[in-house]
Amino acid sequence: MVKQLHTKKDILNILSVIRDPEIPVVTIEEMGMLRDVLVKDNVVEVILTPTYTGCPAMGIIEHDIKMMLDIAGIADAKVTLVYDPAWTTDWMSDVAKEKLKNYGIAPPLHSSCNHEVFSTNIIECPHCQSKNTAMISRFGSTACKSLFQCNDCKEPFEYFKCH
Amino acid sequence: MTEQQALYKYCLRLGDNALIQSYRLSEWCSNAPILEEDLALTNFALDMTGRAQALLSYAGKLDGNNKTDDDLAYKRGERDFYNLLITEQPNGGFAHTIARLLYTSTFEYFFYTELLHSADATLAAIAAKTIKEIKYHKAHATDWVLRLGDGTEESHYRMQQGIDSLWMFTGEMFETGEADALLRDKNIAVDLGAVKSKWQASIAAVLAEATLALPKDEYMQTGSLQGVHTEYLGHILTEMQYLQRAYPEAIW
Ligand SMILES: [Zn+2]
Repeated sequence: MVKQLHTKKDILNILSVIRDPEIPVVTIEEMGMLRDVLVKDNVVEVILTPTYTGCPAMGIIEHDIKMMLDIAGIADAKVTLVYDPAWTTDWMSDVAKEKLKNYGIAPPLHSSCNHEVFSTNIIECPHCQSKNTAMISRFGSTACKSLFQCNDCKEPFEYFKCH
Repeated sequence: MTEQQALYKYCLRLGDNALIQSYRLSEWCSNAPILEEDLALTNFALDMTGRAQALLSYAGKLDGNNKTDDDLAYKRGERDFYNLLITEQPNGGFAHTIARLLYTSTFEYFFYTELLHSADATLAAIAAKTIKEIKYHKAHATDWVLRLGDGTEESHYRMQQGIDSLWMFTGEMFETGEADALLRDKNIAVDLGAVKSKWQASIAAVLAEATLALPKDEYMQTGSLQGVHTEYLGHILTEMQYLQRAYPEAIW
Protein backbone atom coordinates (compact mmCIF):
# COMPACT_ATOMS: atom_id res chain seq x y z
CA MET A 1 0.00 0.00 0.00
CA VAL A 2 1.31 3.40 -0.96
CA LYS A 3 0.66 6.29 1.30
CA GLN A 4 1.66 9.92 1.20
CA LEU A 5 4.67 9.94 3.46
CA HIS A 6 6.02 13.41 2.92
CA THR A 7 4.23 16.65 2.31
CA LYS A 8 5.69 19.59 0.45
CA LYS A 9 6.15 21.29 3.81
CA ASP A 10 8.17 18.36 5.20
CA ILE A 11 10.42 18.40 2.18
CA LEU A 12 10.97 22.15 2.27
CA ASN A 13 11.88 21.67 5.90
CA ILE A 14 14.48 19.04 5.02
CA LEU A 15 15.93 21.20 2.25
CA SER A 16 15.98 24.38 4.33
CA VAL A 17 19.36 23.44 5.82
CA ILE A 18 21.20 23.13 2.49
CA ARG A 19 23.76 25.87 2.11
CA ASP A 20 25.17 27.59 -0.92
CA PRO A 21 28.51 25.77 -1.33
CA GLU A 22 30.29 28.97 -2.33
CA ILE A 23 28.77 31.20 0.37
CA PRO A 24 28.16 28.76 3.20
CA VAL A 25 26.51 31.31 5.51
CA VAL A 26 23.33 31.36 3.43
CA THR A 27 20.95 28.57 2.45
CA ILE A 28 19.67 27.91 -1.05
CA GLU A 29 16.23 28.88 0.22
CA GLU A 30 17.43 32.27 1.43
CA MET A 31 19.20 32.81 -1.89
CA GLY A 32 15.90 32.32 -3.68
CA MET A 33 17.17 29.37 -5.67
CA LEU A 34 14.71 26.85 -4.27
CA ARG A 35 11.59 27.62 -6.28
CA ASP A 36 9.16 24.81 -5.56
CA VAL A 37 8.62 21.22 -4.49
CA LEU A 38 6.15 19.01 -6.30
CA VAL A 39 4.94 15.81 -4.69
CA LYS A 40 2.94 13.52 -6.92
CA ASP A 41 2.30 9.82 -6.37
CA ASN A 42 5.11 9.88 -3.82
CA VAL A 43 7.61 11.10 -6.40
CA VAL A 44 9.36 14.23 -5.30
CA GLU A 45 10.47 16.85 -7.78
CA VAL A 46 12.50 19.81 -6.58
CA ILE A 47 12.44 22.90 -8.78
CA LEU A 48 15.66 24.89 -8.70
CA THR A 49 16.71 27.98 -10.56
CA PRO A 50 20.38 28.69 -11.22
CA THR A 51 21.78 32.01 -10.06
CA TYR A 52 24.32 32.38 -12.85
CA THR A 53 24.24 30.23 -15.96
CA GLY A 54 27.71 28.85 -15.41
CA CYS A 55 27.49 28.54 -11.65
CA PRO A 56 29.55 25.44 -10.79
CA ALA A 57 27.75 25.20 -7.44
CA MET A 58 24.60 23.90 -9.16
CA GLY A 59 25.94 20.35 -9.47
CA ILE A 60 26.90 20.29 -5.80
CA ILE A 61 23.51 21.68 -4.75
CA GLU A 62 21.70 19.06 -6.81
CA HIS A 63 23.81 16.38 -5.18
CA ASP A 64 23.12 17.82 -1.70
CA ILE A 65 19.37 17.86 -2.31
CA LYS A 66 19.32 14.22 -3.42
CA MET A 67 21.51 13.21 -0.52
CA MET A 68 19.37 15.01 2.09
CA LEU A 69 16.21 13.49 0.70
CA ASP A 70 17.80 10.07 0.52
CA ILE A 71 18.76 10.27 4.19
CA ALA A 72 15.15 11.17 4.96
CA GLY A 73 14.06 8.01 3.14
CA ILE A 74 12.94 9.70 -0.05
CA ALA A 75 14.57 7.84 -2.88
CA ASP A 76 14.73 8.85 -6.54
CA ALA A 77 13.93 12.50 -6.04
CA LYS A 78 14.13 14.51 -9.22
CA VAL A 79 15.84 17.88 -9.42
CA THR A 80 14.72 20.07 -12.29
CA LEU A 81 16.47 23.26 -13.32
CA VAL A 82 14.19 25.99 -14.61
CA TYR A 83 15.35 29.18 -16.27
CA ASP A 84 12.01 30.91 -16.49
CA PRO A 85 11.56 33.27 -14.73
CA ALA A 86 15.24 34.17 -14.53
CA TRP A 87 16.72 34.40 -11.05
CA THR A 88 17.47 37.87 -9.80
CA THR A 89 19.32 39.04 -6.70
CA ASP A 90 16.02 40.68 -5.68
CA TRP A 91 14.86 37.20 -4.65
CA MET A 92 17.54 37.06 -2.02
CA SER A 93 15.91 37.53 1.36
CA ASP A 94 16.84 40.42 3.66
CA VAL A 95 18.10 37.82 6.12
CA ALA A 96 20.44 36.49 3.44
CA LYS A 97 21.69 39.99 2.60
CA GLU A 98 22.42 40.65 6.28
CA LYS A 99 24.28 37.33 6.54
CA LEU A 100 26.36 38.15 3.47
CA LYS A 101 27.33 41.47 4.98
CA ASN A 102 28.37 39.89 8.27
CA TYR A 103 30.39 37.37 6.27
CA GLY A 104 32.31 40.24 4.65
CA ILE A 105 30.56 40.33 1.28
CA ALA A 106 28.73 43.55 0.38
CA PRO A 107 25.16 42.50 -0.54
CA PRO A 108 23.70 43.35 -3.96
CA LEU A 109 21.84 46.60 -4.51
CA HIS A 110 18.38 46.42 -6.08
CA SER A 111 18.54 44.96 -9.60
CA SER A 112 17.32 48.25 -11.07
CA CYS A 113 20.99 49.20 -10.60
CA ASN A 114 21.92 46.85 -13.43
CA HIS A 115 23.80 49.68 -15.08
CA GLU A 116 26.44 49.09 -12.46
CA VAL A 117 28.47 47.57 -15.27
CA PHE A 118 29.59 51.14 -15.60
CA SER A 119 30.39 51.26 -11.89
CA THR A 120 28.73 54.46 -10.73
CA ASN A 121 26.97 52.93 -7.73
CA ILE A 122 28.19 53.48 -4.20
CA ILE A 123 28.95 50.19 -2.50
CA GLU A 124 29.18 50.26 1.27
CA CYS A 125 32.16 48.58 2.96
CA PRO A 126 30.86 45.51 4.86
CA HIS A 127 33.60 45.96 7.47
CA CYS A 128 33.33 49.63 8.51
CA GLN A 129 30.23 50.83 6.60
CA SER A 130 32.21 53.52 4.83
CA LYS A 131 30.80 54.67 1.52
CA ASN A 132 34.25 55.69 0.35
CA THR A 133 35.08 52.55 -1.66
CA ALA A 134 36.46 51.79 -5.10
CA MET A 135 36.19 48.88 -7.50
CA ILE A 136 39.45 47.00 -8.06
CA SER A 137 38.16 44.42 -10.52
CA ARG A 138 34.75 43.78 -12.05
CA PHE A 139 35.43 40.08 -11.64
CA GLY A 140 36.27 38.14 -8.52
CA SER A 141 36.64 34.63 -7.20
CA THR A 142 33.24 33.61 -8.56
CA ALA A 143 31.09 34.84 -11.44
CA CYS A 144 28.67 36.55 -9.07
CA LYS A 145 31.13 38.83 -7.31
CA SER A 146 33.44 41.74 -8.04
CA LEU A 147 36.36 43.05 -6.02
CA PHE A 148 36.36 46.32 -4.06
CA GLN A 149 38.60 48.10 -1.64
CA CYS A 150 37.59 50.41 1.19
CA ASN A 151 39.47 53.71 1.15
CA ASP A 152 38.88 54.24 4.88
CA CYS A 153 39.66 50.93 6.61
CA LYS A 154 41.79 49.88 3.60
CA GLU A 155 40.33 46.35 3.66
CA PRO A 156 39.54 44.66 0.36
CA PHE A 157 36.11 43.06 0.09
CA GLU A 158 33.85 41.31 -2.36
CA TYR A 159 30.60 42.73 -3.66
CA PHE A 160 27.78 40.44 -4.77
CA LYS A 161 26.79 41.97 -8.10
CA CYS A 162 23.13 42.72 -8.58
CA HIS A 163 21.68 40.57 -11.27
CA MET B 1 12.45 20.50 -42.01
CA THR B 2 9.90 20.51 -39.17
CA GLU B 3 9.64 23.30 -36.64
CA GLN B 4 11.22 21.03 -34.05
CA GLN B 5 14.19 20.21 -36.29
CA ALA B 6 14.65 23.90 -37.03
CA LEU B 7 14.59 24.77 -33.35
CA TYR B 8 17.07 21.96 -32.65
CA LYS B 9 19.51 23.38 -35.17
CA TYR B 10 18.94 26.92 -33.91
CA CYS B 11 19.77 25.88 -30.34
CA LEU B 12 22.84 23.96 -31.50
CA ARG B 13 24.15 27.03 -33.30
CA LEU B 14 23.69 29.27 -30.27
CA GLY B 15 24.98 26.62 -27.88
CA ASP B 16 28.03 25.85 -30.06
CA ASN B 17 28.89 29.55 -30.31
CA ALA B 18 28.96 29.75 -26.53
CA LEU B 19 30.83 26.45 -26.08
CA ILE B 20 33.63 27.11 -28.57
CA GLN B 21 34.13 30.72 -27.49
CA SER B 22 34.31 29.50 -23.94
CA TYR B 23 36.97 27.01 -24.93
CA ARG B 24 39.11 29.70 -26.56
CA LEU B 25 38.73 32.12 -23.65
CA SER B 26 39.69 29.36 -21.20
CA GLU B 27 43.04 29.14 -22.97
CA TRP B 28 43.83 32.54 -21.45
CA CYS B 29 43.68 31.04 -17.97
CA SER B 30 47.04 31.84 -16.32
CA ASN B 31 48.23 33.49 -19.56
CA ALA B 32 46.47 36.87 -19.44
CA PRO B 33 48.59 40.03 -19.21
CA ILE B 34 47.41 40.87 -15.69
CA LEU B 35 45.70 38.92 -12.91
CA GLU B 36 42.43 40.90 -13.14
CA GLU B 37 42.26 40.05 -16.82
CA ASP B 38 42.81 36.40 -16.10
CA LEU B 39 39.80 36.56 -13.78
CA ALA B 40 37.71 38.47 -16.29
CA LEU B 41 38.32 36.20 -19.28
CA THR B 42 37.83 33.00 -17.32
CA ASN B 43 34.65 34.46 -15.80
CA PHE B 44 33.36 35.08 -19.32
CA ALA B 45 34.33 31.54 -20.29
CA LEU B 46 32.32 30.26 -17.35
CA ASP B 47 29.28 32.35 -18.33
CA MET B 48 29.52 30.90 -21.82
CA THR B 49 29.85 27.32 -20.63
CA GLY B 50 26.69 27.88 -18.61
CA ARG B 51 24.92 29.32 -21.61
CA ALA B 52 26.07 26.39 -23.74
CA GLN B 53 24.82 23.98 -21.10
CA ALA B 54 21.36 25.57 -21.06
CA LEU B 55 21.08 25.65 -24.85
CA LEU B 56 22.48 22.18 -25.50
CA SER B 57 20.29 20.66 -22.77
CA TYR B 58 17.30 22.21 -24.47
CA ALA B 59 18.50 20.98 -27.88
CA GLY B 60 18.84 17.48 -26.41
CA LYS B 61 15.22 17.56 -25.28
CA LEU B 62 14.04 18.72 -28.71
CA ASP B 63 15.97 15.99 -30.45
CA GLY B 64 13.82 13.36 -28.75
CA ASN B 65 16.65 10.82 -28.45
CA ASN B 66 17.33 11.53 -24.78
CA LYS B 67 20.60 13.26 -25.58
CA THR B 68 22.16 15.26 -22.77
CA ASP B 69 24.16 18.47 -23.03
CA ASP B 70 27.29 16.35 -22.53
CA ASP B 71 26.34 13.99 -25.35
CA LEU B 72 26.00 16.95 -27.68
CA ALA B 73 29.25 18.57 -26.56
CA TYR B 74 31.43 15.47 -26.51
CA LYS B 75 29.96 13.04 -29.01
CA ARG B 76 29.29 15.16 -32.05
CA GLY B 77 31.61 15.31 -35.02
CA GLU B 78 33.03 18.49 -36.49
CA ARG B 79 30.57 18.66 -39.38
CA ASP B 80 27.67 18.66 -36.93
CA PHE B 81 28.90 21.77 -35.11
CA TYR B 82 27.35 25.06 -36.20
CA ASN B 83 29.39 27.63 -34.29
CA LEU B 84 30.50 30.74 -36.17
CA LEU B 85 34.00 30.47 -37.64
CA ILE B 86 35.12 33.53 -35.66
CA THR B 87 34.62 31.67 -32.38
CA GLU B 88 37.06 28.87 -33.29
CA GLN B 89 39.91 31.10 -34.54
CA PRO B 90 43.07 30.98 -32.40
CA ASN B 91 43.35 33.62 -29.69
CA GLY B 92 46.38 35.37 -31.15
CA GLY B 93 47.64 38.19 -28.96
CA PHE B 94 45.54 39.88 -26.30
CA ALA B 95 44.35 42.62 -28.68
CA HIS B 96 43.29 39.95 -31.15
CA THR B 97 41.17 38.21 -28.53
CA ILE B 98 39.69 41.55 -27.48
CA ALA B 99 38.81 42.37 -31.09
CA ARG B 100 36.92 39.09 -31.33
CA LEU B 101 35.19 39.71 -28.02
CA LEU B 102 34.08 43.14 -29.23
CA TYR B 103 32.60 41.68 -32.41
CA THR B 104 30.90 38.72 -30.78
CA SER B 105 29.70 40.36 -27.55
CA THR B 106 28.23 43.33 -29.46
CA PHE B 107 26.47 40.86 -31.74
CA GLU B 108 25.24 38.79 -28.80
CA TYR B 109 24.09 41.88 -26.96
CA PHE B 110 21.72 42.90 -29.76
CA PHE B 111 20.84 39.29 -30.60
CA TYR B 112 19.85 38.24 -27.09
CA THR B 113 18.03 41.53 -26.47
CA GLU B 114 15.78 40.52 -29.39
CA LEU B 115 15.58 36.90 -28.24
CA LEU B 116 13.98 38.12 -25.00
CA HIS B 117 10.80 38.52 -27.08
CA SER B 118 10.96 35.04 -28.63
CA ALA B 119 7.69 33.13 -28.79
CA ASP B 120 9.62 30.16 -27.41
CA ALA B 121 9.46 30.51 -23.62
CA THR B 122 12.65 28.52 -22.95
CA LEU B 123 14.74 30.57 -25.37
CA ALA B 124 13.31 33.79 -23.96
CA ALA B 125 14.19 32.66 -20.43
CA ILE B 126 17.74 31.69 -21.40
CA ALA B 127 18.06 35.09 -23.09
CA ALA B 128 16.91 36.85 -19.90
CA LYS B 129 19.58 35.04 -17.95
CA THR B 130 22.40 35.44 -20.42
CA ILE B 131 21.83 39.08 -21.41
CA LYS B 132 22.88 40.25 -17.96
CA GLU B 133 26.21 38.49 -18.44
CA ILE B 134 26.70 39.65 -22.02
CA LYS B 135 26.40 43.27 -20.86
CA TYR B 136 29.57 42.73 -18.86
CA HIS B 137 31.37 41.07 -21.77
CA LYS B 138 30.48 43.93 -24.10
CA ALA B 139 31.41 46.66 -21.62
CA HIS B 140 34.72 44.96 -20.93
CA ALA B 141 35.63 44.47 -24.61
CA THR B 142 34.64 48.06 -25.40
CA ASP B 143 36.79 49.42 -22.56
CA TRP B 144 39.83 47.55 -23.82
CA VAL B 145 39.34 48.52 -27.46
CA LEU B 146 39.21 52.19 -26.42
CA ARG B 147 42.21 51.83 -24.16
CA LEU B 148 44.40 49.97 -26.66
CA GLY B 149 43.17 51.80 -29.77
CA ASP B 150 43.64 55.21 -28.22
CA GLY B 151 46.78 54.12 -26.35
CA THR B 152 50.38 53.91 -27.47
CA GLU B 153 51.56 53.53 -31.05
CA GLU B 154 52.21 49.84 -30.42
CA SER B 155 48.84 49.13 -28.75
CA HIS B 156 47.02 51.04 -31.49
CA TYR B 157 48.82 48.99 -34.14
CA ARG B 158 47.99 45.67 -32.46
CA MET B 159 44.36 46.61 -31.89
CA GLN B 160 43.94 47.65 -35.51
CA GLN B 161 45.55 44.38 -36.64
CA GLY B 162 43.06 42.39 -34.57
CA ILE B 163 40.10 44.41 -35.84
CA ASP B 164 41.22 44.03 -39.47
CA SER B 165 42.13 40.36 -39.47
CA LEU B 166 38.86 39.20 -37.91
CA TRP B 167 36.59 41.41 -40.01
CA MET B 168 36.18 38.78 -42.73
CA PHE B 169 34.54 36.48 -40.17
CA THR B 170 31.84 38.97 -39.15
CA GLY B 171 29.63 38.56 -42.22
CA GLU B 172 28.66 35.08 -41.05
CA MET B 173 26.94 36.39 -37.94
CA PHE B 174 24.06 37.67 -40.07
CA GLU B 175 23.67 34.70 -42.41
CA THR B 176 20.36 32.90 -42.27
CA GLY B 177 19.36 29.44 -43.37
CA GLU B 178 16.25 27.32 -43.67
CA ALA B 179 15.87 27.01 -39.90
CA ASP B 180 15.93 30.79 -39.40
CA ALA B 181 13.27 31.38 -42.04
CA LEU B 182 10.97 28.76 -40.57
CA LEU B 183 11.40 30.04 -37.01
CA ARG B 184 11.07 33.70 -38.03
CA ASP B 185 7.56 32.94 -39.26
CA LYS B 186 6.70 31.64 -35.80
CA ASN B 187 8.31 34.63 -34.04
CA ILE B 188 10.80 32.29 -32.40
CA ALA B 189 14.00 33.35 -34.17
CA VAL B 190 15.60 36.77 -34.11
CA ASP B 191 15.45 39.11 -37.11
CA LEU B 192 19.16 39.22 -38.00
CA GLY B 193 18.65 42.12 -40.38
CA ALA B 194 17.66 44.35 -37.48
CA VAL B 195 20.58 43.05 -35.41
CA LYS B 196 22.99 43.77 -38.26
CA SER B 197 22.23 47.48 -38.53
CA LYS B 198 22.52 47.94 -34.75
CA TRP B 199 25.77 45.96 -34.71
CA GLN B 200 27.29 48.00 -37.53
CA ALA B 201 26.37 51.31 -35.90
CA SER B 202 27.71 50.22 -32.52
CA ILE B 203 31.02 48.87 -33.88
CA ALA B 204 31.53 51.98 -36.03
CA ALA B 205 31.01 54.22 -32.99
CA VAL B 206 33.41 52.28 -30.76
CA LEU B 207 36.13 52.14 -33.43
CA ALA B 208 35.79 55.86 -34.16
CA GLU B 209 36.15 56.71 -30.48
CA ALA B 210 39.16 54.36 -30.26
CA THR B 211 40.77 56.20 -33.22
CA LEU B 212 40.70 52.93 -35.17
CA ALA B 213 39.73 52.55 -38.83
CA LEU B 214 36.56 50.64 -39.68
CA PRO B 215 37.57 47.81 -42.04
CA LYS B 216 36.09 47.76 -45.53
CA ASP B 217 33.73 44.98 -46.54
CA GLU B 218 35.57 42.60 -48.81
CA TYR B 219 35.37 38.83 -49.06
CA MET B 220 33.48 37.37 -46.10
CA GLN B 221 34.20 33.87 -44.84
CA THR B 222 31.27 31.47 -44.76
CA GLY B 223 30.45 27.82 -44.06
CA SER B 224 29.51 27.18 -40.44
CA LEU B 225 25.77 27.22 -41.09
CA GLN B 226 26.41 24.07 -43.16
CA GLY B 227 28.87 22.69 -40.60
CA VAL B 228 31.89 23.55 -42.75
CA HIS B 229 34.69 24.83 -40.55
CA THR B 230 38.23 26.12 -40.59
CA GLU B 231 40.92 23.61 -39.60
CA TYR B 232 40.92 24.94 -36.03
CA LEU B 233 37.63 23.39 -34.90
CA GLY B 234 38.95 19.88 -35.49
CA HIS B 235 41.92 20.61 -33.24
CA ILE B 236 39.65 22.00 -30.52
CA LEU B 237 37.41 18.94 -30.61
CA THR B 238 40.38 16.58 -30.60
CA GLU B 239 41.34 17.94 -27.22
CA MET B 240 37.86 18.70 -25.85
CA GLN B 241 36.39 15.30 -26.74
CA TYR B 242 39.46 13.20 -26.03
CA LEU B 243 38.29 11.68 -22.78
CA GLN B 244 34.85 10.65 -24.01
CA ARG B 245 36.37 9.16 -27.15
CA ALA B 246 39.14 7.28 -25.37
CA TYR B 247 36.92 6.13 -22.49
CA PRO B 248 33.33 6.18 -23.72
CA GLU B 249 30.73 6.85 -21.01
CA ALA B 250 33.42 7.75 -18.46
CA ILE B 251 31.96 9.64 -15.52
CA TRP B 252 33.49 11.23 -12.45
ZN1 LIG C 1 35.94 49.82 5.35
